[in-house]
This record gives sequence, C-alpha cells and structure tokens, in this order.
Amino acid sequence: MGRYLVRRVGLLVPTLFFVTLLIFGLQQLLPGDPAVILAGEDRDPNVVAYLRTKLHLDEPFAVRYAYWLRGVAKGDLGESLRIQKPVTELILEKLPVTLELAVLAMLVALAIGVSAGVLSAVFKDSPIDYAARVFALWGLSTPNFWLGILLILLFSVQLGWLPASGYVSPAEGLKGNLAAMVMPAFVLGNALAAVLMRHTRSAMIEALSADYVRTARSKGLKQAVVVLRHALPNALMPVITLGALEFGALLSGAVLTEQVFSIPGFGKLIVDAVFNRDYAVVQGVVLFTASAYMLLNLLADVAYFLVNPRLRT
Amino acid sequence: MEALRILLRRKGALFGLLVIGLFVLVALLAPWIAPHDPLATSWSAVRKAPSAAYLLGTDEIGRDVLSRIIWGARASLLAGVVSVSLSLLLGLPIGLLAGYLGGWVDALISRMVDAMLACPFLILAIALAAFLGPSLTNAMIAIGISATPIFVRLTRGQVLAVKVEDYVEAARAVGNSRLRIALRHVLPNIVAPLIVQATLAIAAAVIAEASLSFLGLGQQPPAPSWGSMLNTAKNYVDQAPWMAIWPGVSIFLLVLSFNLVGDGLRDALDPRHRH
Repeated sequence: MGRYLVRRVGLLVPTLFFVTLLIFGLQQLLPGDPAVILAGEDRDPNVVAYLRTKLHLDEPFAVRYAYWLRGVAKGDLGESLRIQKPVTELILEKLPVTLELAVLAMLVALAIGVSAGVLSAVFKDSPIDYAARVFALWGLSTPNFWLGILLILLFSVQLGWLPASGYVSPAEGLKGNLAAMVMPAFVLGNALAAVLMRHTRSAMIEALSADYVRTARSKGLKQAVVVLRHALPNALMPVITLGALEFGALLSGAVLTEQVFSIPGFGKLIVDAVFNRDYAVVQGVVLFTASAYMLLNLLADVAYFLVNPRLRT
Repeated sequence: MEALRILLRRKGALFGLLVIGLFVLVALLAPWIAPHDPLATSWSAVRKAPSAAYLLGTDEIGRDVLSRIIWGARASLLAGVVSVSLSLLLGLPIGLLAGYLGGWVDALISRMVDAMLACPFLILAIALAAFLGPSLTNAMIAIGISATPIFVRLTRGQVLAVKVEDYVEAARAVGNSRLRIALRHVLPNIVAPLIVQATLAIAAAVIAEASLSFLGLGQQPPAPSWGSMLNTAKNYVDQAPWMAIWPGVSIFLLVLSFNLVGDGLRDALDPRHRH
C-alpha cells in the first residue's frame, strides 16, 4: 500500500509541473505586448509601465514563470485587474455555488443513470432496454445549454412552475434555492446520466452472468434480492470511480449551465473574465479545476485500491 | 469491405450516415438552397413566427432562421472535421513516438498528456480560445489542441500492444529501420480504433464549437452559427421560441449521427464488440 501510494503521488509532481507550465504558457499566445493588452482600452502609458514591472514582463520567460510559480505555491494566483481583488478570493467566493450545482447534478446523474442502467441490464433486449439506450444516446448528443433553454421554455414560460434564471443562496431560503437549482442540476446531470447508464448496464450484464449470481439464484433467492444485493454492489464499484473522474466534465458543463440560468458561479467567473480580458482569473480558474481534478483522481485511485483486495498484494 | 457491410446493416449507423450526408449537402449547396440571405435584416419582419415566407420564422433583427441554419451547417461541420484532423495530425505522431521509443521520451510525453487531461476539455478550450482571441479559426485550434491528448494516449496504447506482435518482431529481424516499421507495420494495424475515436471526437467537437459560439468565443456575429443563434435565442425564449428550437435540433441531429456512426464503426471494426 505504502509503495503504491508513494509511486502514485510521485507521478503527480511532474504532471503538476506541466499543468502549471501549460497554464502559464497560455500568456505566450496573446498577440502583441501583454502589458498593452492588459492595460485595456485607454492604454494609459503609466498603467502599461506599471504592469510591465509588476508582471516582470521585461524578464525572460523562465524567470517570469518562476515568479508566478512562487506566488502559486503560496496560494497567490495574482490579482483580477478588472475587479481589483485577489484571484484566490474570487474563486473561493464563487466555488460554493458551483459545488452545490455539481453535487446536485451528480445526484441526478447517479439516480437516473444507475437505475436506467440496472433496468436495462436486467431486461436486456426488451423494450425497456431499448428505451434506456435511446435515452443514453439522447443524453450524449444534446448540448446542455440547449436542453436548458428548452426546459426554461416548458417549465418557466409555458407552465410558470420554476424561475427561469437567477440564484437564491441557501441562506436566503432553502426552498427558493432548490427551486432555482432543480432545472440547472437536471441539465448538467443529463449527459453524465447517459455515461453512467452505459457503464452500469455493461457492468451489470457482466455481474448477472457471474458464478456467484448463479449460486444466489439456485439457492432460490428472489430476482430483486439477487439483483440488488448480489449483482449491484459489485457492478457499482467501477461506476462510482468513473463518477469521481467525471467530476471534471461536470465543471466543464457548469460553465454553460451557469451561463444559461445566470447562476453566479465558477463558470460565469471564467466567462466574464474572458470577455474582460482578465487573464489572471482565467489562468487561476483553469489551474484550480485541474488541481481539483488531479486530487479527485488520486482519491478515486486510492479508494479503488482500498476496496479491491486483489490489488492490495 | 466486411466492416462496411456490417456498418451498413446497422440501422442506427445507416441513419447517421444519411443525416451526415444530408448536412454535408446542405452546407455545400447553401448559396443555392437558402431561401434568403442569412445576413439580410428586415425591420418589418422582426421575430415573425414561422410562415410560408419564413418557414422557420425570423430572429430578433428580422433575419431568416432557416437560411441561417443552412449556412450555419458550414461552421459546425468545418469545426468538427478540421479540429479533429488537427488532433489526429498532432496526436498520432506524438503517440507513435511515445509508444514506439518508450523510455524517457514516453515518460515525458505521458506526463504532458496527463497534465492536459487534468484540465477539463471545455475549460481548456475556453482558456485557449480566450488567449488566442475569439474567432471560428481559433475555436477550431483550441478544440483541436484540447482533444489531442486523447489521441496521443490511444495511439500510444495501441502501439504498445502491437509492438510485441510476431510480425513486428519479424520486420525488425530482417533489418527494417525503426521509421519503416512504425509506418509500414505498426500504423496500419492501429488505424481501426483511431477511426472509431475520431468519429466520436467529431461529435464532441461539434458540441464544443457550438458551446464556444454560444459563449461568444467561436464564430463571430453576424456570421451564422448554431451556437451563437442559441445564445441570442435564449433572450427571446418567451416571445420567439422558434429561434431556440431549430438550431438546437440541428446540433442534436448532427451530433447524434456522428455518435451513431461511431458506435456502428466500433462494432464493425472491433471483433470483440460484434454480437
């Protein structure tokens, strides 16, 4: 266990190095002089000169990267030039909103994806299986921002049941918060539900043909007991790991979902930053999501290792 | 040929191929089949519901929605094909290098691939598009680069599996150069999974282009693209729902078709998937 962990964490170091290099290197893509671009429309020579010293733009790339990396190591991701706030502060401010959305979306995806996958495997090649597979294809092929607009059209405009946009924090009222989040969570969870359904289905088909399931059946156990108590727990393992890995995809999708429903989270932060040419914020958000993804990946691997006795020897 | 027969026997894949073919035709023939100029505004026809004159209605400044969808097919298809070609062009040689040379080259490339895969696909594409500047070309570059690590990893894995086969061993034994072995003996044997992945990647790239355009980072207005049409449609969903429905249906159909063909190709090309 110890050796495995050391090796696993050891691999993270060079990966993290390349992540930071990639994100810092983005700056090199800016056409023209970064100081002039960052100074905004008026190009005040004083501002340009100030930025040039502050960002060490006269220094070579390696030196600038070292300065930046030293800040990152201390949790300093630079300052938003537009909002005049530290990037770290901005990210931490928006994070809870996106986390709530992502967690709700994950619940939606697990609930729909796993149950559809189980039904589809148990009733393989029946109309139920067929319907579940069509649902998966629909989920994989629908752009989530379009689904969001369609739901607004149905539930807000036509039926008037749910608010079309806006965010209510749980502190202001849990009921309002859930009313505002139910459509976004469904929209964001939809594609992941499709992915989870496909994996649950194939894992369940495999589990249902395993020897221990045959034994359970021959003991005369009921179908529901065999499926839920014997096959499902074994089939669920890889699905849960996959769910953890797909969290990054949820963050990607959150950018669009938040845009459709005007939710002031992480995704809106990066989109606004892109249009304000607030490059430090863009870099900060990418670095933060990449680090979070690597951490989740590590946790998933360790969990898999702990739960799977065959890997432990 | 056997693979093609299996592919065409699958109803889903056949449907996908037909729809893709239809969209390609529409995109190519856009100047002749679009009923109106996609950029022509008309203040007397603002947000008109579908009618005989405007089959799918008009948008917020009186442009014909159908004509914009027809022209928008160009941006979507172009983005799908060009960005995936770019990922293949970059990913294939890098993956071949990593898998075939092994050692520190492989270790270095693998860590770089891990780093890129750690950044969520769309967020990386948004960041790249932001720094490159918003345009359809830059969106295609951003999507292509973001999708590259998948192809590097796939190629590398396939090469590692093929490298130890007897025929590669034999080619080495008779004194073929490394490059010749890689191109003549390894490459042809790893093409099938790459084709499958590329088809599915086109589906993802079409969605990604629509997403970037929806955010304002892809095709720039007034040029038509399905994603940016949905962006404006969002603001008029209560008054002009037709603006929101048809561009989305188009994205859905095109993406669904590439997914269906990709699934079909996997069954046709990979004997393990044949039922």
